[in-house]
Amino acid sequence: MPFLVYVEQRDGRIPKPCWQALSEGRRMADARGESLIACIMGNRVSDLADAIFEYGVDDLFLHEHESLARYETEPHAALLSDIQKKTSATIVLMGQTSMTRDLAPRVAERLGAGLVTDCTGMFWDDQGLLYLRPLYAGKVTARLRMHTPIQMVLLRPNIFPMAKKAGAGRVHRVVAEPSPARAKVVDIVWQQRDRPELTDAEIIVSGGRGLGKAEGFQLIEELADLLGAAVGASRAAVDAGWQGQPQQVGQTGKVVTPNLYVACGISGAVQHMAGMSTSRCIMAVNKDPEANIMKVADLSLEGDLYEVLPALMRGIEEKKQQRP
Amino acid sequence: MNVMVCIKQTFDTEARIILNGAGEIDGNSVLQIMNPSDEYAVEEGIRLKERYGGQVTVITVGDDAAVKSLQQALAMGADHAVLVSDPRLKMLDSHGIAVVLSRVIGRMEYDIILCGRLSIDGANAEVPSRLAERLDLPQVNLVSKLQVSAEGKVDARRDIEGGVEIVETNLPAVITVQKGINEVRYPSLRLVMQAKKMPIRKLGLDDLDLTAEDVSSPITIEGYLFPPPRRQGRTLTGSLPEIIPEVIRFLYEEQKIL
Repeated sequence: MPFLVYVEQRDGRIPKPCWQALSEGRRMADARGESLIACIMGNRVSDLADAIFEYGVDDLFLHEHESLARYETEPHAALLSDIQKKTSATIVLMGQTSMTRDLAPRVAERLGAGLVTDCTGMFWDDQGLLYLRPLYAGKVTARLRMHTPIQMVLLRPNIFPMAKKAGAGRVHRVVAEPSPARAKVVDIVWQQRDRPELTDAEIIVSGGRGLGKAEGFQLIEELADLLGAAVGASRAAVDAGWQGQPQQVGQTGKVVTPNLYVACGISGAVQHMAGMSTSRCIMAVNKDPEANIMKVADLSLEGDLYEVLPALMRGIEEKKQQRP
Repeated sequence: MNVMVCIKQTFDTEARIILNGAGEIDGNSVLQIMNPSDEYAVEEGIRLKERYGGQVTVITVGDDAAVKSLQQALAMGADHAVLVSDPRLKMLDSHGIAVVLSRVIGRMEYDIILCGRLSIDGANAEVPSRLAERLDLPQVNLVSKLQVSAEGKVDARRDIEGGVEIVETNLPAVITVQKGINEVRYPSLRLVMQAKKMPIRKLGLDDLDLTAEDVSSPITIEGYLFPPPRRQGRTLTGSLPEIIPEVIRFLYEEQKIL
Protein backbone atom coordinates (compact mmCIF):
# COMPACT_ATOMS: atom_id res chain seq x y z
CA MET A 1 0.00 0.00 0.00
CA PRO A 2 2.17 2.83 -1.26
CA PHE A 3 2.21 6.46 -0.23
CA LEU A 4 1.31 9.10 -2.80
CA VAL A 5 2.52 12.72 -2.71
CA TYR A 6 0.92 15.32 -4.97
CA VAL A 7 3.65 17.74 -6.09
CA GLU A 8 2.25 21.10 -7.13
CA GLN A 9 3.97 23.59 -9.40
CA ARG A 10 3.29 26.98 -10.92
CA ASP A 11 5.48 28.01 -13.87
CA GLY A 12 7.87 25.21 -12.96
CA ARG A 13 8.32 26.37 -9.37
CA ILE A 14 7.65 23.79 -6.67
CA PRO A 15 6.91 25.44 -3.30
CA LYS A 16 8.70 24.45 -0.10
CA PRO A 17 5.69 22.70 1.52
CA CYS A 18 5.78 20.15 -1.33
CA TRP A 19 9.40 19.21 -0.59
CA GLN A 20 8.44 18.86 3.07
CA ALA A 21 5.55 16.55 2.07
CA LEU A 22 7.89 14.43 -0.07
CA SER A 23 10.35 14.19 2.84
CA GLU A 24 7.64 13.19 5.31
CA GLY A 25 6.16 10.75 2.78
CA ARG A 26 9.54 9.03 2.41
CA ARG A 27 9.96 8.82 6.20
CA MET A 28 6.47 7.39 6.79
CA ALA A 29 6.79 4.93 3.91
CA ASP A 30 10.22 3.78 5.12
CA ALA A 31 8.81 3.14 8.58
CA ARG A 32 6.51 0.56 7.00
CA GLY A 33 8.73 -0.64 4.18
CA GLU A 34 6.38 0.87 1.61
CA SER A 35 7.16 2.61 -1.65
CA LEU A 36 6.76 6.33 -2.28
CA ILE A 37 4.90 7.52 -5.34
CA ALA A 38 4.72 11.13 -6.47
CA CYS A 39 2.72 12.80 -9.19
CA ILE A 40 3.11 16.11 -10.98
CA MET A 41 0.98 17.80 -13.63
CA GLY A 42 1.55 20.77 -15.93
CA ASN A 43 2.39 21.91 -19.41
CA ARG A 44 6.16 21.23 -19.27
CA VAL A 45 7.21 19.49 -16.08
CA SER A 46 9.67 16.79 -17.23
CA ASP A 47 12.59 18.98 -16.17
CA LEU A 48 11.40 18.79 -12.56
CA ALA A 49 11.70 15.00 -12.35
CA ASP A 50 15.37 14.94 -11.31
CA ALA A 51 14.75 17.29 -8.38
CA ILE A 52 11.79 15.17 -7.23
CA PHE A 53 13.86 11.97 -7.36
CA GLU A 54 16.34 13.55 -4.94
CA TYR A 55 13.73 12.93 -2.24
CA GLY A 56 13.77 9.18 -2.69
CA VAL A 57 10.67 8.86 -4.84
CA ASP A 58 10.29 5.35 -6.27
CA ASP A 59 7.72 6.10 -8.97
CA LEU A 60 6.82 9.45 -10.49
CA PHE A 61 3.60 9.84 -12.46
CA LEU A 62 4.12 12.74 -14.80
CA HIS A 63 1.32 14.28 -16.81
CA GLU A 64 2.17 16.91 -19.40
CA HIS A 65 -0.57 18.62 -21.37
CA GLU A 66 -0.92 22.20 -22.56
CA SER A 67 -4.35 22.49 -20.93
CA LEU A 68 -2.65 21.83 -17.55
CA ALA A 69 -0.46 24.94 -17.82
CA ARG A 70 -2.40 26.57 -15.00
CA TYR A 71 -3.90 24.93 -11.94
CA GLU A 72 -7.66 24.56 -12.36
CA THR A 73 -9.66 22.53 -9.86
CA GLU A 74 -11.68 20.08 -11.88
CA PRO A 75 -9.16 18.61 -14.34
CA HIS A 76 -6.52 18.35 -11.61
CA ALA A 77 -9.02 16.71 -9.22
CA ALA A 78 -10.01 14.17 -11.87
CA LEU A 79 -6.40 13.31 -12.76
CA LEU A 80 -5.28 12.99 -9.14
CA SER A 81 -8.27 10.72 -8.40
CA ASP A 82 -7.29 8.55 -11.37
CA ILE A 83 -3.68 8.29 -10.18
CA GLN A 84 -4.83 7.29 -6.69
CA LYS A 85 -6.97 4.53 -8.21
CA LYS A 86 -4.20 3.37 -10.53
CA THR A 87 -1.64 3.18 -7.71
CA SER A 88 -4.01 2.03 -4.93
CA ALA A 89 -2.20 4.50 -2.66
CA THR A 90 -3.90 4.60 0.73
CA ILE A 91 -2.13 7.63 2.19
CA VAL A 92 -2.13 10.77 0.04
CA LEU A 93 0.07 13.61 1.31
CA MET A 94 0.28 17.22 0.17
CA GLY A 95 2.03 20.32 1.45
CA GLN A 96 -0.63 22.80 2.48
CA THR A 97 -0.98 25.78 0.11
CA SER A 98 -3.81 27.71 -1.50
CA MET A 99 -3.71 25.14 -4.31
CA THR A 100 -3.94 21.99 -2.21
CA ARG A 101 -6.52 23.61 0.10
CA ASP A 102 -8.66 23.91 -3.06
CA LEU A 103 -7.83 20.50 -4.52
CA ALA A 104 -7.75 18.09 -1.57
CA PRO A 105 -11.34 18.36 -0.29
CA ARG A 106 -12.75 17.97 -3.79
CA VAL A 107 -10.67 14.83 -4.36
CA ALA A 108 -11.48 13.50 -0.87
CA GLU A 109 -15.20 13.81 -1.52
CA ARG A 110 -14.80 12.08 -4.87
CA LEU A 111 -12.77 9.19 -3.43
CA GLY A 112 -14.74 8.84 -0.18
CA ALA A 113 -11.50 9.63 1.62
CA GLY A 114 -10.95 11.17 5.02
CA LEU A 115 -8.92 14.35 5.05
CA VAL A 116 -6.88 15.92 7.83
CA THR A 117 -5.90 19.48 6.97
CA ASP A 118 -3.24 21.59 8.69
CA CYS A 119 -1.59 18.46 10.12
CA THR A 120 1.36 19.11 12.46
CA GLY A 121 2.34 15.52 13.25
CA MET A 122 1.73 11.95 12.14
CA PHE A 123 2.76 8.79 13.97
CA TRP A 124 2.41 5.05 13.52
CA ASP A 125 1.02 3.09 16.45
CA ASP A 126 -0.55 -0.36 16.77
CA GLN A 127 -3.85 0.91 15.36
CA GLY A 128 -2.41 2.70 12.37
CA LEU A 129 -1.75 6.37 11.87
CA LEU A 130 -2.44 9.02 14.47
CA TYR A 131 -2.57 12.65 13.34
CA LEU A 132 -2.05 15.91 15.24
CA ARG A 133 -4.28 18.77 14.17
CA PRO A 134 -4.36 22.20 15.90
CA LEU A 135 -7.83 23.70 16.38
CA TYR A 136 -8.90 27.27 17.13
CA ALA A 137 -5.69 28.48 15.48
CA GLY A 138 -3.56 26.46 17.87
CA LYS A 139 -5.28 27.14 21.17
CA VAL A 140 -5.66 23.35 21.41
CA THR A 141 -4.46 20.37 19.34
CA ALA A 142 -6.61 17.31 18.61
CA ARG A 143 -5.27 13.76 18.24
CA LEU A 144 -7.19 12.31 15.30
CA ARG A 145 -7.63 8.99 13.62
CA MET A 146 -9.19 8.41 10.21
CA HIS A 147 -11.22 5.27 9.59
CA THR A 148 -11.43 5.45 5.80
CA PRO A 149 -9.53 3.14 3.41
CA ILE A 150 -7.96 6.22 1.79
CA GLN A 151 -6.50 8.87 4.10
CA MET A 152 -5.54 12.28 2.76
CA VAL A 153 -3.36 14.73 4.69
CA LEU A 154 -2.41 18.37 4.17
CA LEU A 155 0.81 19.10 6.06
CA ARG A 156 1.23 22.48 7.71
CA PRO A 157 4.25 24.26 6.19
CA ASN A 158 7.50 24.57 8.19
CA ILE A 159 6.72 21.72 10.59
CA PHE A 160 8.11 18.69 8.78
CA PRO A 161 11.84 18.85 7.99
CA MET A 162 13.13 18.48 4.46
CA ALA A 163 15.38 15.46 3.93
CA LYS A 164 16.83 14.26 0.64
CA LYS A 165 17.40 10.56 0.02
CA ALA A 166 19.43 9.10 -2.80
CA GLY A 167 17.78 6.58 -5.04
CA ALA A 168 16.72 5.85 -8.58
CA GLY A 169 13.08 6.13 -9.47
CA ARG A 170 11.02 5.41 -12.54
CA VAL A 171 9.00 7.92 -14.56
CA HIS A 172 5.53 6.90 -15.70
CA ARG A 173 4.07 9.21 -18.31
CA VAL A 174 0.33 9.61 -18.02
CA VAL A 175 -1.38 9.98 -21.36
CA ALA A 176 -4.96 11.15 -21.03
CA GLU A 177 -6.96 14.09 -22.24
CA PRO A 178 -7.66 16.27 -19.18
CA SER A 179 -11.32 17.07 -18.63
CA PRO A 180 -12.37 20.66 -19.33
CA ALA A 181 -12.33 23.22 -16.49
CA ARG A 182 -15.61 25.02 -15.87
CA ALA A 183 -13.80 27.56 -13.68
CA LYS A 184 -10.96 28.87 -15.85
CA VAL A 185 -7.91 30.81 -14.70
CA VAL A 186 -7.58 33.49 -17.39
CA ASP A 187 -4.69 35.39 -15.83
CA ILE A 188 -2.38 35.52 -12.82
CA VAL A 189 -1.27 38.88 -11.44
CA TRP A 190 1.89 38.55 -9.34
CA GLN A 191 2.32 41.06 -6.54
CA GLN A 192 4.91 39.90 -4.00
CA ARG A 193 6.47 36.91 -5.64
CA ASP A 194 10.01 37.87 -4.69
CA ARG A 195 9.30 38.08 -0.98
CA PRO A 196 8.78 34.78 0.87
CA GLU A 197 5.23 33.62 1.44
CA LEU A 198 3.95 34.13 4.99
CA THR A 199 2.97 30.52 5.58
CA ASP A 200 6.36 29.04 4.71
CA ALA A 201 8.69 31.93 5.57
CA GLU A 202 11.58 31.29 7.95
CA ILE A 203 11.48 34.87 9.22
CA ILE A 204 8.44 37.17 9.45
CA VAL A 205 8.43 40.85 10.33
CA SER A 206 4.93 41.96 11.35
CA GLY A 207 3.46 45.37 12.04
CA GLY A 208 0.46 46.41 14.09
CA ARG A 209 -1.51 49.36 15.32
CA GLY A 210 1.54 50.75 17.11
CA LEU A 211 2.97 51.81 13.74
CA GLY A 212 0.37 54.56 13.83
CA LYS A 213 0.17 55.04 10.05
CA ALA A 214 0.21 53.15 6.77
CA GLU A 215 3.66 54.56 5.88
CA GLY A 216 5.05 52.75 8.93
CA PHE A 217 5.01 49.58 6.87
CA GLN A 218 7.86 50.96 4.75
CA LEU A 219 10.04 50.41 7.80
CA ILE A 220 8.63 46.90 8.28
CA GLU A 221 9.31 46.10 4.62
CA GLU A 222 12.87 47.46 4.81
CA LEU A 223 13.65 45.28 7.81
CA ALA A 224 11.93 42.30 6.14
CA ASP A 225 13.98 42.70 2.96
CA LEU A 226 17.19 43.05 4.96
CA LEU A 227 16.40 39.72 6.66
CA GLY A 228 14.92 38.00 3.59
CA ALA A 229 11.69 37.84 5.55
CA ALA A 230 7.97 37.87 4.77
CA VAL A 231 5.79 40.83 5.83
CA GLY A 232 2.90 40.20 8.20
CA ALA A 233 0.27 42.40 9.82
CA SER A 234 -2.07 42.30 12.78
CA ARG A 235 -5.85 42.44 12.32
CA ALA A 236 -5.84 46.07 13.48
CA ALA A 237 -3.33 47.02 10.77
CA VAL A 238 -5.37 45.23 8.08
CA ASP A 239 -8.64 46.74 9.32
CA ALA A 240 -6.98 50.17 9.09
CA GLY A 241 -6.19 49.42 5.44
CA TRP A 242 -2.41 49.55 5.95
CA GLN A 243 -1.95 46.01 4.57
CA GLY A 244 -4.11 43.59 2.58
CA GLN A 245 -5.94 40.61 4.02
CA PRO A 246 -3.38 38.13 2.61
CA GLN A 247 -0.79 39.57 5.03
CA GLN A 248 -2.95 39.14 8.15
CA VAL A 249 -1.56 36.82 10.83
CA GLY A 250 -3.91 35.34 13.42
CA GLN A 251 -7.04 33.29 13.86
CA THR A 252 -8.92 35.24 11.18
CA GLY A 253 -5.84 35.40 8.96
CA LYS A 254 -2.93 33.02 8.51
CA VAL A 255 -1.37 30.69 11.05
CA VAL A 256 2.42 30.89 10.78
CA THR A 257 5.38 28.96 12.21
CA PRO A 258 8.59 30.79 11.30
CA ASN A 259 11.93 30.41 13.05
CA LEU A 260 11.78 34.10 13.97
CA TYR A 261 8.70 36.29 14.34
CA VAL A 262 9.41 39.98 14.86
CA ALA A 263 6.27 41.72 16.19
CA CYS A 264 6.47 45.50 15.85
CA GLY A 265 3.82 47.62 17.52
CA ILE A 266 1.59 44.58 18.06
CA SER A 267 -0.10 44.31 21.45
CA GLY A 268 -0.76 40.57 21.20
CA ALA A 269 -4.52 39.99 21.25
CA VAL A 270 -5.57 36.37 21.87
CA GLN A 271 -6.55 35.92 18.22
CA HIS A 272 -3.18 37.22 16.98
CA MET A 273 -1.15 35.10 19.41
CA ALA A 274 -3.10 32.02 18.31
CA GLY A 275 -1.72 32.53 14.82
CA MET A 276 1.97 32.90 15.69
CA SER A 277 2.63 31.43 19.12
CA THR A 278 4.32 28.30 17.69
CA SER A 279 7.05 30.46 16.13
CA ARG A 280 10.40 29.10 17.30
CA CYS A 281 11.56 32.52 18.48
CA ILE A 282 9.49 35.66 19.05
CA MET A 283 10.97 39.12 19.28
CA ALA A 284 8.75 42.04 20.19
CA VAL A 285 9.26 45.76 19.83
CA ASN A 286 6.72 47.78 21.79
CA LYS A 287 6.42 50.97 23.78
CA ASP A 288 4.19 49.30 26.35
CA PRO A 289 6.05 46.93 28.71
CA GLU A 290 2.69 45.54 29.85
CA ALA A 291 1.60 44.50 26.32
CA ASN A 292 0.65 40.80 26.08
CA ILE A 293 3.22 40.19 23.38
CA MET A 294 6.02 41.18 25.78
CA LYS A 295 4.95 38.32 28.10
CA VAL A 296 5.49 35.60 25.50
CA ALA A 297 8.38 37.04 23.50
CA ASP A 298 11.81 35.48 23.89
CA LEU A 299 13.28 38.93 23.56
CA SER A 300 11.34 42.15 24.16
CA LEU A 301 12.62 45.58 23.23
CA GLU A 302 10.87 48.33 25.08
CA GLY A 303 10.93 51.52 23.09
CA ASP A 304 9.73 53.57 20.15
CA LEU A 305 9.85 51.34 17.09
CA TYR A 306 10.64 54.33 14.85
CA GLU A 307 13.93 54.61 16.77
CA VAL A 308 14.53 50.93 17.54
CA LEU A 309 14.02 49.50 14.05
CA PRO A 310 16.39 51.84 12.16
CA ALA A 311 19.05 51.25 14.83
CA LEU A 312 18.47 47.49 14.60
CA MET A 313 18.84 47.63 10.81
CA ARG A 314 22.14 49.50 11.13
CA GLY A 315 23.32 46.89 13.62
CA ILE A 316 22.41 44.02 11.29
CA GLU A 317 24.08 45.73 8.31
CA GLU A 318 27.28 46.21 10.30
CA LYS A 319 27.21 42.58 11.39
CA LYS A 320 26.69 41.45 7.79
CA GLN A 321 29.73 43.47 6.69
CA GLN A 322 31.91 41.89 9.37
CA ARG A 323 31.00 38.42 8.17
CA PRO A 324 32.90 37.06 5.18
CA MET B 1 -30.86 35.71 -8.59
CA ASN B 2 -31.41 33.13 -5.88
CA VAL B 3 -28.51 33.02 -3.49
CA MET B 4 -27.69 30.29 -0.98
CA VAL B 5 -25.34 31.28 1.81
CA CYS B 6 -23.93 28.57 4.09
CA ILE B 7 -22.88 29.87 7.48
CA LYS B 8 -21.51 28.49 10.74
CA GLN B 9 -21.74 29.70 14.28
CA THR B 10 -18.47 29.46 16.15
CA PHE B 11 -16.52 30.63 19.19
CA ASP B 12 -15.49 34.26 19.38
CA THR B 13 -11.82 34.81 18.53
CA GLU B 14 -11.01 35.91 22.09
CA ALA B 15 -12.42 32.66 23.51
CA ARG B 16 -10.10 30.49 25.58
CA ILE B 17 -10.53 26.78 25.09
CA ILE B 18 -11.30 24.56 28.08
CA LEU B 19 -12.41 20.93 28.32
CA ASN B 20 -15.48 19.65 30.21
CA GLY B 21 -15.55 16.63 32.54
CA ALA B 22 -15.93 14.28 29.56
CA GLY B 23 -12.75 15.64 27.99
CA GLU B 24 -14.62 17.48 25.22
CA ILE B 25 -14.26 21.13 24.28
CA ASP B 26 -16.64 23.11 26.47
CA GLY B 27 -18.65 25.74 24.61
CA ASN B 28 -21.07 26.58 27.38
CA SER B 29 -19.46 29.69 28.76
CA VAL B 30 -18.07 30.89 25.45
CA LEU B 31 -19.43 33.81 23.42
CA GLN B 32 -20.67 32.45 20.07
CA ILE B 33 -20.55 34.49 16.88
CA MET B 34 -21.20 34.09 13.18
CA ASN B 35 -17.94 32.85 11.69
CA PRO B 36 -16.15 36.06 10.53
CA SER B 37 -15.66 35.22 6.84
CA ASP B 38 -19.28 34.01 6.62
CA GLU B 39 -20.42 37.57 7.32
CA TYR B 40 -18.77 38.62 4.06
CA ALA B 41 -20.63 35.81 2.27
CA VAL B 42 -23.98 37.01 3.65
CA GLU B 43 -23.16 40.60 2.66
CA GLU B 44 -22.11 39.60 -0.85
CA GLY B 45 -25.31 37.57 -1.27
CA ILE B 46 -27.51 40.47 -0.18
CA ARG B 47 -25.69 42.80 -2.62
CA LEU B 48 -26.41 40.36 -5.48
CA LYS B 49 -30.08 40.31 -4.50
CA GLU B 50 -30.21 44.09 -4.29
CA ARG B 51 -28.77 44.32 -7.79
CA TYR B 52 -30.60 41.54 -9.59
CA GLY B 53 -33.64 40.74 -7.45
CA GLY B 54 -34.36 37.24 -6.17
CA GLN B 55 -33.94 35.93 -2.65
CA VAL B 56 -31.21 35.09 -0.19
CA THR B 57 -31.46 31.91 1.88
CA VAL B 58 -29.03 31.33 4.75
CA ILE B 59 -28.44 27.78 5.89
CA THR B 60 -26.61 26.41 8.88
CA VAL B 61 -26.08 23.03 10.50
CA GLY B 62 -25.88 23.23 14.25
CA ASP B 63 -27.81 23.27 17.49
CA ASP B 64 -30.63 25.63 18.44
CA ALA B 65 -28.15 28.25 19.66
CA ALA B 66 -27.16 28.80 16.00
CA VAL B 67 -30.49 30.62 15.53
CA LYS B 68 -28.58 33.70 16.73
CA SER B 69 -26.37 33.78 13.63
CA LEU B 70 -29.31 33.07 11.31
CA GLN B 71 -31.19 36.02 12.84
CA GLN B 72 -28.14 38.22 12.32
CA ALA B 73 -28.20 37.28 8.61
CA LEU B 74 -31.95 37.94 8.41
CA ALA B 75 -31.45 41.36 10.02
CA MET B 76 -28.77 42.13 7.42
CA GLY B 77 -31.32 41.41 4.67
CA ALA B 78 -31.53 37.66 4.03
CA ASP B 79 -35.06 36.46 3.19
CA HIS B 80 -35.10 32.90 4.48
CA ALA B 81 -33.24 30.93 7.11
CA VAL B 82 -32.82 27.17 7.43
CA LEU B 83 -31.46 25.40 10.52
CA VAL B 84 -30.56 21.74 10.16
CA SER B 85 -30.51 20.33 13.65
CA ASP B 86 -30.70 16.73 14.76
CA PRO B 87 -29.36 14.87 17.79
CA ARG B 88 -27.79 12.39 15.38
CA LEU B 89 -25.67 15.21 13.91
CA LYS B 90 -23.50 15.69 16.98
CA MET B 91 -20.12 14.64 15.66
CA LEU B 92 -20.33 15.76 12.05
CA ASP B 93 -17.23 16.18 9.98
CA SER B 94 -16.83 18.13 6.74
CA HIS B 95 -18.12 15.24 4.65
CA GLY B 96 -21.26 14.91 6.77
CA ILE B 97 -21.97 18.65 6.60
CA ALA B 98 -21.49 18.58 2.83
CA VAL B 99 -23.97 15.68 2.57
CA VAL B 100 -26.56 17.62 4.58
CA LEU B 101 -26.04 20.94 2.76
CA SER B 102 -26.08 19.32 -0.68
CA ARG B 103 -29.41 17.67 0.19
CA VAL B 104 -30.95 20.92 1.48
CA ILE B 105 -29.68 23.03 -1.43
CA GLY B 106 -30.28 20.35 -4.04
CA ARG B 107 -34.01 20.55 -3.30
CA MET B 108 -34.16 24.32 -3.79
CA GLU B 109 -33.81 26.62 -6.77
CA TYR B 110 -30.49 28.39 -6.68
CA ASP B 111 -28.08 30.32 -8.89
CA ILE B 112 -25.08 30.77 -6.63
CA ILE B 113 -23.79 29.27 -3.38
CA LEU B 114 -21.63 31.52 -1.18
CA CYS B 115 -19.59 30.47 1.85
CA GLY B 116 -16.87 32.00 4.02
CA ARG B 117 -13.32 30.93 3.14
CA LEU B 118 -12.92 28.89 6.34
CA SER B 119 -14.30 28.67 9.85
CA ILE B 120 -12.00 29.89 12.58
CA ASP B 121 -12.61 26.86 14.82
CA GLY B 122 -11.60 23.79 12.84
CA ALA B 123 -10.25 25.82 9.91
CA ASN B 124 -10.68 22.86 7.59
CA ALA B 125 -12.02 24.87 4.64
CA GLU B 126 -13.34 21.59 3.26
CA VAL B 127 -17.12 21.93 3.16
CA PRO B 128 -17.45 24.30 0.16
CA SER B 129 -15.27 22.18 -2.15
CA ARG B 130 -16.94 18.96 -0.97
CA LEU B 131 -20.33 20.60 -1.54
CA ALA B 132 -19.30 21.66 -5.07
CA GLU B 133 -18.21 18.08 -5.80
CA ARG B 134 -21.50 16.63 -4.52
CA LEU B 135 -23.60 19.10 -6.54
CA ASP B 136 -21.27 18.78 -9.57
CA LEU B 137 -20.58 22.53 -9.66
CA PRO B 138 -17.45 24.56 -10.38
CA GLN B 139 -15.78 26.12 -7.33
CA VAL B 140 -13.76 29.27 -6.79
CA ASN B 141 -12.14 29.55 -3.36
CA LEU B 142 -10.57 32.51 -1.50
CA VAL B 143 -12.28 35.21 -3.54
CA SER B 144 -11.44 38.81 -2.64
CA LYS B 145 -13.34 40.45 -5.53
CA LEU B 146 -16.43 39.11 -7.26
CA GLN B 147 -18.33 40.32 -10.29
CA VAL B 148 -21.46 38.51 -11.45
CA SER B 149 -23.30 39.59 -14.60
CA ALA B 150 -27.06 39.38 -15.12
CA GLU B 151 -26.44 36.42 -17.43
CA GLY B 152 -24.60 34.58 -14.66
CA LYS B 153 -21.05 35.10 -15.88
CA VAL B 154 -18.61 35.17 -12.96
CA ASP B 155 -15.34 37.09 -12.85
CA ALA B 156 -13.49 36.47 -9.59
CA ARG B 157 -10.12 37.35 -8.07
CA ARG B 158 -8.74 34.48 -6.03
CA ASP B 159 -5.79 35.06 -3.69
CA ILE B 160 -2.82 32.73 -4.09
CA GLU B 161 0.69 32.91 -2.62
CA GLY B 162 2.23 36.16 -3.83
CA GLY B 163 -0.49 37.07 -6.28
CA VAL B 164 -4.03 36.86 -7.57
CA GLU B 165 -5.66 34.49 -10.04
CA ILE B 166 -8.34 35.92 -12.31
CA VAL B 167 -10.95 33.17 -12.60
CA GLU B 168 -13.93 33.02 -14.94
CA THR B 169 -16.85 30.67 -14.63
CA ASN B 170 -20.60 30.51 -15.08
CA LEU B 171 -23.35 30.12 -12.52
CA PRO B 172 -24.34 28.00 -10.79
CA ALA B 173 -21.10 27.78 -8.83
CA VAL B 174 -19.76 27.57 -5.27
CA ILE B 175 -17.75 30.65 -4.27
CA THR B 176 -15.91 31.18 -0.99
CA VAL B 177 -15.15 34.74 0.05
CA GLN B 178 -12.95 36.53 2.54
CA LYS B 179 -12.28 39.84 4.20
CA GLY B 180 -11.62 42.61 1.71
CA ILE B 181 -14.42 41.64 -0.68
CA ASN B 182 -16.91 44.08 0.86
CA GLU B 183 -17.79 46.07 3.96
CA VAL B 184 -20.30 44.18 6.09
CA ARG B 185 -23.38 46.24 7.01
CA TYR B 186 -24.53 46.61 10.58
CA PRO B 187 -28.32 46.35 10.73
CA SER B 188 -30.34 48.89 12.73
CA LEU B 189 -31.96 47.89 16.00
CA ARG B 190 -35.35 47.95 14.23
CA LEU B 191 -34.15 45.37 11.68
CA VAL B 192 -32.61 43.26 14.44
CA MET B 193 -35.93 43.20 16.31
CA GLN B 194 -37.85 42.41 13.12
CA ALA B 195 -35.51 39.53 12.31
CA LYS B 196 -36.29 37.92 15.66
CA LYS B 197 -39.90 37.53 14.53
CA MET B 198 -39.08 36.00 11.16
CA PRO B 199 -39.64 32.27 10.75
CA ILE B 200 -36.71 29.85 10.78
CA ARG B 201 -37.26 26.58 8.97
CA LYS B 202 -35.98 23.69 11.04
CA LEU B 203 -35.05 20.43 9.38
CA GLY B 204 -33.91 17.10 10.79
CA LEU B 205 -32.32 14.13 9.08
CA ASP B 206 -35.73 12.50 8.47
CA ASP B 207 -36.96 15.62 6.65
CA LEU B 208 -33.95 15.28 4.35
CA ASP B 209 -34.38 11.50 3.88
CA LEU B 210 -30.94 10.96 5.35
CA THR B 211 -29.86 8.36 7.89
CA ALA B 212 -27.27 8.66 10.62
CA GLU B 213 -25.07 6.39 8.51
CA ASP B 214 -25.20 8.81 5.55
CA VAL B 215 -23.56 11.50 7.64
CA SER B 216 -21.39 9.46 9.99
CA SER B 217 -17.90 10.81 10.57
CA PRO B 218 -14.92 8.68 9.55
CA ILE B 219 -12.68 10.76 11.81
CA THR B 220 -12.48 10.25 15.58
CA ILE B 221 -10.85 12.50 18.14
CA GLU B 222 -8.77 10.58 20.64
CA GLY B 223 -7.99 13.49 22.91
CA TYR B 224 -6.65 17.00 23.09
CA LEU B 225 -3.27 18.50 23.86
CA PHE B 226 -2.69 22.03 25.03
CA PRO B 227 0.41 23.86 23.85
CA PRO B 228 2.95 24.40 26.63
CA PRO B 229 2.78 28.05 27.73
CA ARG B 230 5.62 30.18 26.42
CA ARG B 231 7.92 31.40 29.12
CA GLN B 232 8.53 35.10 29.36
CA GLY B 233 11.91 35.92 27.88
CA ARG B 234 14.17 38.86 28.51
CA THR B 235 13.17 42.48 28.24
CA LEU B 236 15.81 44.95 27.15
CA THR B 237 15.46 48.52 28.27
CA GLY B 238 17.96 51.29 28.07
CA SER B 239 19.64 53.34 25.42
CA LEU B 240 19.85 52.02 21.86
CA PRO B 241 23.67 51.84 21.80
CA GLU B 242 23.38 49.51 24.79
CA ILE B 243 20.57 47.25 23.63
CA ILE B 244 21.24 46.86 19.89
CA PRO B 245 24.52 44.87 20.34
CA GLU B 246 22.63 42.68 22.79
CA VAL B 247 19.90 42.04 20.16
CA ILE B 248 22.51 41.23 17.51
CA ARG B 249 24.22 38.79 19.89
CA PHE B 250 20.83 37.20 20.66
CA LEU B 251 19.91 36.69 17.00
CA TYR B 252 23.32 35.62 15.68
CA GLU B 253 24.94 33.76 18.55
CA GLU B 254 22.31 32.70 21.05
CA GLN B 255 19.49 31.74 18.67
CA LYS B 256 21.66 31.33 15.57
CA ILE B 257 18.75 32.46 13.40
CA LEU B 258 20.67 34.96 11.31
